[in-house]
Amino acid sequence: MSPNLVFVVTIGVLFTVGVYLVLERSLTRILLGIVLLSNGTNLLILVAGGAAGAPPLIGVASDRPMSDPLPQALILTAIVITLGLTAFLLAMAYRSWQLHRHDEVQDDVEDRRIVRLAARDERAFEDADTESDGETLDEEAASARDETDEGEAFDGAPSERPPPRTDHTTREEGR
Amino acid sequence: MTDWGWLVPLPVVLPLSAAGLALALYRRPRLQRIVSLATLTIVAVVSAALLVIADSGPVVVEVGDWAAPVGISLVADRLSALMLTVSSVVILCVLIYSLAQGREDGERFAPISIFHPTYLVLSAGVANAFLSGDLFNIYVGFEILLAASYVLITLSGTRERIRAGTIYVVVAILSSVLFLVAIAAIYAAVGTVNLAQLAIRLPEVDPGVRLVLQCMLLLAFGIKAAVFPLSSWLPDSYPTAPAPVTAVFAGLLTKVGVYAIIRTQSLLFPGGRLDDVLMWVALATMVVGILGAVAQDDVKRLLSFTLVSHIGYMMFGIALGSVHGWSAAIYYVAHHITVQTALFLVVGLVERFGGTTSLDRLGGLAKMTPVLAVLFFVPAMNLGGIPPFSGFLGKVGLLEAGVQLGTPTGYALVVGSVVTSLLTLYALIKAWNKAFWQSPPEELPANRVPMGMVAPTAALVVVSLALTVFAGPLYAYTGRAAQTLQERWPYIEAVLPDGMRGEGESQRAADDAEVGG
Repeated sequence: MSPNLVFVVTIGVLFTVGVYLVLERSLTRILLGIVLLSNGTNLLILVAGGAAGAPPLIGVASDRPMSDPLPQALILTAIVITLGLTAFLLAMAYRSWQLHRHDEVQDDVEDRRIVRLAARDERAFEDADTESDGETLDEEAASARDETDEGEAFDGAPSERPPPRTDHTTREEGR
Repeated sequence: MTDWGWLVPLPVVLPLSAAGLALALYRRPRLQRIVSLATLTIVAVVSAALLVIADSGPVVVEVGDWAAPVGISLVADRLSALMLTVSSVVILCVLIYSLAQGREDGERFAPISIFHPTYLVLSAGVANAFLSGDLFNIYVGFEILLAASYVLITLSGTRERIRAGTIYVVVAILSSVLFLVAIAAIYAAVGTVNLAQLAIRLPEVDPGVRLVLQCMLLLAFGIKAAVFPLSSWLPDSYPTAPAPVTAVFAGLLTKVGVYAIIRTQSLLFPGGRLDDVLMWVALATMVVGILGAVAQDDVKRLLSFTLVSHIGYMMFGIALGSVHGWSAAIYYVAHHITVQTALFLVVGLVERFGGTTSLDRLGGLAKMTPVLAVLFFVPAMNLGGIPPFSGFLGKVGLLEAGVQLGTPTGYALVVGSVVTSLLTLYALIKAWNKAFWQSPPEELPANRVPMGMVAPTAALVVVSLALTVFAGPLYAYTGRAAQTLQERWPYIEAVLPDGMRGEGESQRAADDAEVGG
């Protein structure tokens, strides 16, 4: 079975235009693109069902082969779903226009902010654990040295040391 | 044997009817609440019953008694029953949570008259997608749950939600169009959309055509499951919705996509020709997702990124293509649904208590609300894969299956998943340190957190712990489910006993017509 060429070309055109429109920024154009894409898909299902034939009813005599009723049922379902979604998208475009006086799809501000932070090489949030407190590593080590490990630091035995800083606990108590 | 078939359609039919009832009762919020609560409780009980019944073989119902390849069949096998049970428990917990939040906030939370019907429709859509034995009916199930989710994500139409909702809706619609194109192509190739018949007929199709069909289905489901590189819509859109909505989305919607991938990969396209590609995709999903999470300063966004990252684990299990891999993946899905939902609910409580979810402004919560601290800590450790929680068990299962495969890609994935799990732990511990242990930059408002919201969250945490306690029987169950998936014929035989048609009324009618005509 070779499909009807007119259908195939129409499907191609619908998909081309649909994809182009979906790539736009304005929600109304995206909506039009989606409508075209869905109609292209519906035609595709119709083509998938093979050539048209006699009504698919048992007991009705006809010399032609019956047409396949299943794709038509699928298309009907798909049309109804698309109708509902189109209405919803229209409402959303209108709401967007109410709020911003335009219906353009906006970028994610939070993403942009994180990218800018990364460009400046900054941390995402202030964190006392990772904040430097002006001490160098040597100073920290010196202040952390305790009396029990005199001269034994290099014999491989791990010595117990108090934690270098106890900032958050002390600060919370002072609050 | 008693015929339990009548139970199968209930998880779809009950919520749909209740949605209509709830809509009709929009002036009676009390009644509406009772209707939703009762319905979802019954659905949870029915699903649990199906879980037990399906263990002795798939339960099949032919809707309207139309015989299988023409009519639509609903099939509850082990995999669907397990997914259904976990999701209905989660849905019920989130409903109770949102009831309490609705009582507290009134219309500020959500227009109640809209929330309840939509939520019920969402639940029906999820159940339909899990139970359907027909590819087009899976599409319908997806559309039901997506249409409901569009409404929920744009509730009350604020500036931020409309922005996030636009991205979500457009991406979801595009993935649905792709799915529909795939269905059309499959129908053109083999002339059926019944899963069991597809399983019989697809292997006869030219391998090249079959590969195209497989790719198209994977693409459509990949967008829904948020698999890298099709995942960037998720962290943009989920965090802006109200806490219970985000929680149920994070727990369920992506997992419906994962379920569809498992089902089609195992039943329709055995042989795993795309397994290598899927493995690299899984690795990229895990690593890229978690690197995104590390950079975030908002807990909700952080969790959304971990969600993407952990979808990678499930893809890892699916891509292994072995019984072990699938079994671990199914267990991981069950674990992840409960844990991720619980985490989002806790963050909702934190937001309520501290008025923000930004790590810049949170602090000292462990001292102020020890309950929230425990509720956050347990699922966070669970997600990070600390023994003895279920996250650890799921990951060990995946690692074992990966090592068993023994190829370089398998080992790469094993290393990748360990690194990802460590990075998850890093991201969550960083958030925990800042939000719960360090002193806040400014005093937090410390609003009252109602008991009605804490209780369902705690219940979910307990469920996630139960997954650890009952890990033995559960893992055996997922193992049997994976075994059935591998064998394929139990599913096919249950739907099409003679390999041709189901047992519905229409078959008898057709026979009669042939005899009479």
